[in-house]
Amino acid sequence: MLGRNRPRKRLRVSFSTMANDTTTSRPSAVALRCEGLVKQYPDVRAVDGIDLEVRSGECFGILGPNGAGKTTTVEIFEGLTEPDGGTVEVLGQRWGDGDDLALRNRFGVQLQETQLAEKLTVTETIKLFRSFYTRGRDIESIISLVELEEKRDSRVGKLSGGQKQRLALACALAGDPELLFLDEPTTGLDPQARLKLWDIVEQFRAQGGSIVLTTHYMEEASRLCDRVGVMDHGRVIALDTPAKLIESLGADQIVEFSVRGEMDEQGLENLPGVRGVRATGAGYALTVTDIGAALPALLALIGRQRAEMLSLTTHQATLEDVFVSLTGRMLRDV
Amino acid sequence: MSDEAIIKSAGVETEEVPAKEKGPEKTRARKAGGRPADDGRLHPLVELTMARIREFMREPEVVFWVFAFPILLVCALGIAFRNTGPEKIPVAVERSDTRGAQAEELFKALSNSADVQPTLLSPAEAAQALRSGKVVLVVRPPGGSDASAAAAGLPASPVYRYDPARPESKQARLAVDDALQRGAGRADVVRASDETFTEPGARYIDFLIPGLLGMNLMGSGLWGVGFAVVNARTKKLLKRFAATPMRRSHYLLSFVFSRLIFLVLEVAVVIAFAYFAFGFRVRGSWLEMAFLLLLGSMTFAGIGLLIAARPKTIEGVSGLMNLVMMPMWLLSGTFFSSARFPDFLQPFIKALPLTALNDSLRTVMNDGASVTTSGLAVLVLLAWCVVTFAAALKVFRWQ
Repeated sequence: MLGRNRPRKRLRVSFSTMANDTTTSRPSAVALRCEGLVKQYPDVRAVDGIDLEVRSGECFGILGPNGAGKTTTVEIFEGLTEPDGGTVEVLGQRWGDGDDLALRNRFGVQLQETQLAEKLTVTETIKLFRSFYTRGRDIESIISLVELEEKRDSRVGKLSGGQKQRLALACALAGDPELLFLDEPTTGLDPQARLKLWDIVEQFRAQGGSIVLTTHYMEEASRLCDRVGVMDHGRVIALDTPAKLIESLGADQIVEFSVRGEMDEQGLENLPGVRGVRATGAGYALTVTDIGAALPALLALIGRQRAEMLSLTTHQATLEDVFVSLTGRMLRDV
Repeated sequence: MSDEAIIKSAGVETEEVPAKEKGPEKTRARKAGGRPADDGRLHPLVELTMARIREFMREPEVVFWVFAFPILLVCALGIAFRNTGPEKIPVAVERSDTRGAQAEELFKALSNSADVQPTLLSPAEAAQALRSGKVVLVVRPPGGSDASAAAAGLPASPVYRYDPARPESKQARLAVDDALQRGAGRADVVRASDETFTEPGARYIDFLIPGLLGMNLMGSGLWGVGFAVVNARTKKLLKRFAATPMRRSHYLLSFVFSRLIFLVLEVAVVIAFAYFAFGFRVRGSWLEMAFLLLLGSMTFAGIGLLIAARPKTIEGVSGLMNLVMMPMWLLSGTFFSSARFPDFLQPFIKALPLTALNDSLRTVMNDGASVTTSGLAVLVLLAWCVVTFAAALKVFRWQ
């Protein structure tokens, strides 16, 4: 949030806005816009009518479980997949309308599951990618940006998962892009590697870059994204800032408990401070506005019903709870 | 130039300070080099070609199969088929209990011949030796094959047993008969004298080298291109490249350029080895040979690209490669002349790119003839080259 209000440091941003204004006369405040996007595969409708607008300088997150259509959506944005319907406009230009290569010159991409050539070194890989772009950073500054100085002469095959992912990010940043697409950038990384990657992404954003990011980690979406679109079955089912999305639950605590024996659901709903009741596999989850009132009342109710409590946990409501309340499923279940 | 030098030396001074705190010597040395200017970046085609070459050279197995294996092959075949003068033809003389003396006599007569190498074997052993090719002809001593014939008192004449389909056997029949007739006292009616010589470029090794070059170009062209492309596709690297402003033609061209560089190395290694180890000489124009090798290399790069245009797995492309290469290994005259195959197959064999390359290389390297004499082969290569490149560009799949 801080970064968005910071003055833009570099000149190139204003150059590109000028270019936008003269060539396409689109408002430069929009980094990406899509309307009515549809992609039909033989067995599944991967994207089922999506409208989105990503503002310049914003980090926009697409949050959803595996198979929700996140990757297909992003690959349509990147011009790698042809949509069956709808329009996409990236940095004020539509695919196929003008010089596509010139458009590719202005954004960076990190794909899910790309394996860079194992026999090349870090420096050689970055130089290769840098050579594709007509503008961009010099090799040294890219290497230090992603903190791979110590590994510059190592073969890609010898890098750890986190280092490989940072190298992938370096390749995406090689052309000094205005817009960055990151498809599940931290999947499979350990917490420390994830933090390091987040730092680099935040730096890019702080310097005025726009980001479109897909993830199925709610922490990642909460930490990095200004706005989040929650996606399920090819549709965007909710879209707002992470804070507003959590607020929409109308509760700030989640109480989960299980008991031996039957519980009366009606009784749970009538407890003070409880806004919603949901049966989970092992017990119940309560959405709670006032934990101080709800918890003693819950314990009393269990006592009255002579049920035996097996477990009890409470936590601050998160995007995960938003997703569960919207779909009835957990993010990582599917 | 001088401006750059100043900037670079200035870079040394400013960068030294933070580098000292950072530690490793290597890092410091690199940093001291200064940051390269933005426009110091190389052309994408150069970077892509260099990446190809680096990846190739860092794969030890590939280097072995492309550079060391052909030399081993030249060595092995060159020694196995070296010209040591005509060898004696192995024949057997049947020795049974009833005709021991006749057999000894025949054996003696044949031992004096310069052309055949006789052995005395029992009838069973002789039949076995003939079947397995240890001898190419069996002489049965006079007296007939059974007792009744002997009892009938048939005239004493030896019998030759051999397979007329084998050229060596026919040769053996002539040599054996000649030796026996002379032994029995025949005099030559016409006395002829021999004048022997060795035609340069007519040895087996001379025949082998152009064919081996052709086969090597086919193998490294198809595998070098096909394997790398499909590998990049399975690893989603092709898709990643497609997401950059890289020109797709640059990617495909980088294979052509890297093939050209390897072509020079592959050819030089084999020809240099054959030159020093076996006294192999290129009899025709080096320039024309280079032209043919270049054309052949491009053709096989094109075929490699076409084979690799669609497959999504290494297994898939391997199968296709073998399917394409197998007929050429067998039919294209690498190890023996393709003229040995029956006439109805010849149009098909001549249309294969490896046949065209081998034949035209031989006319230049062995016969010392101009490339213009193999115009048809050059046309065949050109056609394959153009058609496969065009088709590959059309059907190539990036994801």
